[in-house]
Amino acid sequence: MRYSIINVLKQGLAGQKGWQAAWRDATPKPQYDVVIVGGGGHGLATAYYLAKLHGITNVAVLEKGWIGSGNTGRNTTIVRSNYLLPGNEPFYEHSLKLWEGMSRDLNFNVMFSQRGVLNLCHSDAQRDAYARRGNAMLMMGADAELLDADQVRRMVRGLDFQNPRFPITGGLLQRRGGTARHDAVAWGYARAASELGVDIIQNCEVTGFVRDDDRITAVETSRGRIAAGKVGLAVAGHSSLLAEMAGIRLPIESHVLQAFVSEGLKPWIDTVVTFGAGHFYISQSDKGGLVFGGDIDGYASYAQRGNLPVVEHVAAGAVALFPALGRVRLLRSWGGVMDMTPDGSPIIGKLPIGNLYMTGGWCYGGFKATPASGWCLAHTIANDAPHALNEAMSLERFARGRAIDERGAGPRPNLH
Amino acid sequence: MLLIPCPHCGPRAEVEFRCGGEAHVVRPAEPESASDEVWRDYLFVRKSPKGVHFERWNHAHGCQRWFNVARDTVSDEILAVYRMGEAPPEVGR
Ligand SMILES: Cc1cc2nc3c(=O)[nH]c(=O)nc-3n(C[C@H](O)[C@H](O)[C@H](O)COP(=O)(O)OP(=O)(O)OC[C@H]3O[C@@H](n4cnc5c(N)ncnc54)[C@H](O)[C@@H]3O)c2cc1C
Ligand SMILES: [Zn+2]
Repeated sequence: MRYSIINVLKQGLAGQKGWQAAWRDATPKPQYDVVIVGGGGHGLATAYYLAKLHGITNVAVLEKGWIGSGNTGRNTTIVRSNYLLPGNEPFYEHSLKLWEGMSRDLNFNVMFSQRGVLNLCHSDAQRDAYARRGNAMLMMGADAELLDADQVRRMVRGLDFQNPRFPITGGLLQRRGGTARHDAVAWGYARAASELGVDIIQNCEVTGFVRDDDRITAVETSRGRIAAGKVGLAVAGHSSLLAEMAGIRLPIESHVLQAFVSEGLKPWIDTVVTFGAGHFYISQSDKGGLVFGGDIDGYASYAQRGNLPVVEHVAAGAVALFPALGRVRLLRSWGGVMDMTPDGSPIIGKLPIGNLYMTGGWCYGGFKATPASGWCLAHTIANDAPHALNEAMSLERFARGRAIDERGAGPRPNLH
Repeated sequence: MLLIPCPHCGPRAEVEFRCGGEAHVVRPAEPESASDEVWRDYLFVRKSPKGVHFERWNHAHGCQRWFNVARDTVSDEILAVYRMGEAPPEVGR
């Protein structure tokens, strides 16, 4: 059923009895043309674009828990396309454009709110770096504005401009950036994919692959063996484990990232502010909670919870930037397991087995990439070749010396 | 908070240390003739086990020395601590 004002009114008069489940909770068939492993935003988006743009509808999405139970439902929902390098920026700008049309395309309100993303700077050197990044963004078709301290002061209240260690000298603003409702992204893609015939199968963990020479013929799952024409991996923090089942070693280490939400407050901050120098960023959810986070814990982890030193560090960053936050109470904190790559950039493309593909290595920034990641993986699977937008993000790049290292931090997964 | 037993200083809080990633990664013996794939494996490819991980830590705010730790990546339990150059112990395998 289409979601529309007409149907809201009709159902209102009919006692809300006619709504159907948003998507079918399917049971596995013996065979699919394409099996996608992982029912997060990326896996569901891949299935949707396979069906919608490439006419491949005999598709299953296999999810070990429930859809959106991984990082989709754990992230801080920041969407932006403020990257520097040519291998990254066109991809993220394409993603941002897909976000701008997503609610309409999926007929599902993902609450995409273009409230702006502001990166603060604290020194001339950092300001120069932001000017360069902003120019690169403009050259590649995105929007960017360099603000001085006064413009920042007019835009965000409560900032401490007098901090002697990190005085605020300005910031790089992307007005088209913002936030979205994370669960809605999973549900919206699931509903739209399901309507096109995709089977979404929950509580179905992939435990191995059946191989015939250079091809995968089936996946072993907790709900039995399922034959597959092609297989796409979209398992976020677990890419290296799934690849290992297929005998492939990846340049990925899994790490935990934490996030936090405060008690609900009246509208207090209407944009996204990042304080990179202090490892802290913040926005406010529509429910009123301040949603914030910082850096990864720093050592390999599959625990979906973090450690206390980072909690303290993030809290310190929070009150250094916004002293008033010292009075706010924390409601919850949690962690998610993420693939960290040695250059901080993702891998979308073919793997060294004929019919195996992946999207992964998203580090702390894959929510914003959800639509374009699915779009590119679907293209790569359908054509058995990458799209120009994800060509640079191949696994091959690590053997060819073509790392995409935005941060220039070198090959250490825990530094990106 | 991890309590990490530095082999030189004894048990200390996690905040005194920095993690240096996977241990026992060996530099190609003959750099001139090593292939691109060998360099890739050395520079970029890492083990990422769900379970016991052998990794290097540095006691940055203490004795500043490096050492190896065997740690469970799910429970965070530290199963063994041993010096640089020593072979990984038989734990949890
Ligand atoms: C705390 C935190 C904050 C973040 N903040 C942001 C942000 O502000 N902006 C941003 O852009 N990004 C952010 N990210 C990153 C972003 O959340 C991820 O990069 C992105 O969600 C990953 O893709 P996904 O949605 O498909 O992953 P997931 O939702 O994790 O989907 C992967 C799915 O695969 C399933 N799976 C794993 N193994 C198997 C198996 N063997 N069989 C079947 N299924 C399996 C999992 O259960 C999971 O549901 C954040 C991440 C975290 C942890
Ligand atoms: Zn020591």
